[in-house]
Amino acid sequence: MDLSQNLEIATCTDPGMVRSHNEDSIAADPVNGLVVLADGMGGYNAGEVASGMATTVIVTEMRQILANAKPYDVEGAKNEELAARMVRDQVLKANSSIYQAAQTQSQYAGMGTTLVVCLFYDNRMLVAHLGDSRLYMLRDENFSQVTRDHSLLQEQIDSGIITPEQAKKAQHKNLVTKALGIDPTVEPEIHEYPTKSGDIYLLCSDGLCDMVEDEDIAMTLQTLGKGNLKLAAQHLVQMANDNGGRDNVSVILVRVLREYPGRRGVMGKVFGWLK
Amino acid sequence: MAKLILSMDGLVLKEIPLTKERTTIGRKPHNDIQIDNLAVSGEHAVIVTILNDSFLEDLGSTNGTVVNGNPIKKHFLQNNDVVELGKYKLKFIGEAAAAGTGGGEKADFEKTMVLRPSQIKAAAEQIKTAGGGAQAAVAQRQAAVQQAAASAAATGIADKDAAKPSPAAPAKSTDTAPAVKPADLTQPAPAAAPKAAPAASPAATPAGRPGQPLGAIQLLSGGNAGKELELTKPLTTLGKPGVQVAVLTRRPAGYFITHVEGANRPTVNGQQIGAAPHALKDHDVIELAGVKMEFFLKA
Repeated sequence: MDLSQNLEIATCTDPGMVRSHNEDSIAADPVNGLVVLADGMGGYNAGEVASGMATTVIVTEMRQILANAKPYDVEGAKNEELAARMVRDQVLKANSSIYQAAQTQSQYAGMGTTLVVCLFYDNRMLVAHLGDSRLYMLRDENFSQVTRDHSLLQEQIDSGIITPEQAKKAQHKNLVTKALGIDPTVEPEIHEYPTKSGDIYLLCSDGLCDMVEDEDIAMTLQTLGKGNLKLAAQHLVQMANDNGGRDNVSVILVRVLREYPGRRGVMGKVFGWLK
Repeated sequence: MAKLILSMDGLVLKEIPLTKERTTIGRKPHNDIQIDNLAVSGEHAVIVTILNDSFLEDLGSTNGTVVNGNPIKKHFLQNNDVVELGKYKLKFIGEAAAAGTGGGEKADFEKTMVLRPSQIKAAAEQIKTAGGGAQAAVAQRQAAVQQAAASAAATGIADKDAAKPSPAAPAKSTDTAPAVKPADLTQPAPAAAPKAAPAASPAATPAGRPGQPLGAIQLLSGGNAGKELELTKPLTTLGKPGVQVAVLTRRPAGYFITHVEGANRPTVNGQQIGAAPHALKDHDVIELAGVKMEFFLKA
């Protein structure tokens, strides 16, 4: 099923005002309803190699798999939908590719990347993430953070050592507790949510949420998201840069234009035509 | 780079980076740090900075130089030392601390790094064996942070070019389905806030900086000619949804107008604007959805 008519996707990435090169990578496959954002780390060019590998591996592998199977297909023996396993397997594949490269080539030693992957199917969205790149959602007028960072800061907030207000001023914002390509294996956090038409999903690297207040992000999506999604993406990056642009900034916006049910019975088809 | 923070009665007056080998302090204007106070001698003291070390020397001043409450002649400055000159205080922030808390040289510390559970444990054990068993988790975590930072810096040393351009191919998608938004020129004020965001809260965010002149538009034609709309928010949309909508953005560099939707772009002073944001000057005349309006800056 081609989702490019059901989802509108806009992307924007920028090195920011301070960094000389962009270690973020983004990729979108509108037909398959797949978006991937990665924020690489590691010396010299290794960061962008890691994030580039992550997005490329996941998008190409997913494309092959989705050509033969649907995410909502049910695996007979376990009575489970394939989606979560599909995404998880590809994330692990990307993990071992990056890990292998880092182990075998000295110039890539220690490289890794954060990751957010969203797969849209059957009026739902599956999100897998690692590290401090985030997914936000704007539904009606409510803007909320969907993913929870795998970061030292988030752990400290959870355990009550610091308050979210203190966290904003903390120095070690940059320490993530999970990432892709650092260890031989990794367990991405995976969740599934129902989507509604009109929803706007925002995937971003920490360069956006560290530099721009959540309420400004929300206002941008509310005012520009419906009219011109591309402009909204550009404006978010612009705001991060206006506020100092200390880090690479990457943004992927996905707007649900209309419903995209996966499985349809006869009645479903009739309703589909009537819409 | 090390720096000094000049304050009086707890009020920070200035931050002074120690860029020179000799930084002189005194009442007379030729000093690098001039403190115009009678308790300060004409040439009061000097700070000599060699590589990462800074030394403070009193130049035979009348009232003397006090560091952390003790009068000194010559002193090797440590991080957080407070130098007192009359009512004024100079706090010394050493190189490492200055790099961690502010200024432009913290780039490396801001880079994302991985902290593994094993590192946290190792650091915690180190603290325990060192006799700090009662230390709270905070201290353990802090040690872990430092250790992680050190190890990341070590592993980050890699060479050779592995140029790989990031696949940044933004999908093109400009004109979309008309949005249903109560943005109509006949009702400028509520139109700007379709979801009842109080005007005060966005103004307090970084986008609305104090000191930046406030812009406003005044309608010149149409049913509401003469009406004025202050542009306090970082974003204000104008126009008729589905016909022509533009957004006015408030940025540190000033105000910009950008086309959002509709077949025709708005004009500024009779010229149609491009796809990129267009900077607005005082008294520019905008025409949008058949209505003329003037942009101006308030004093």
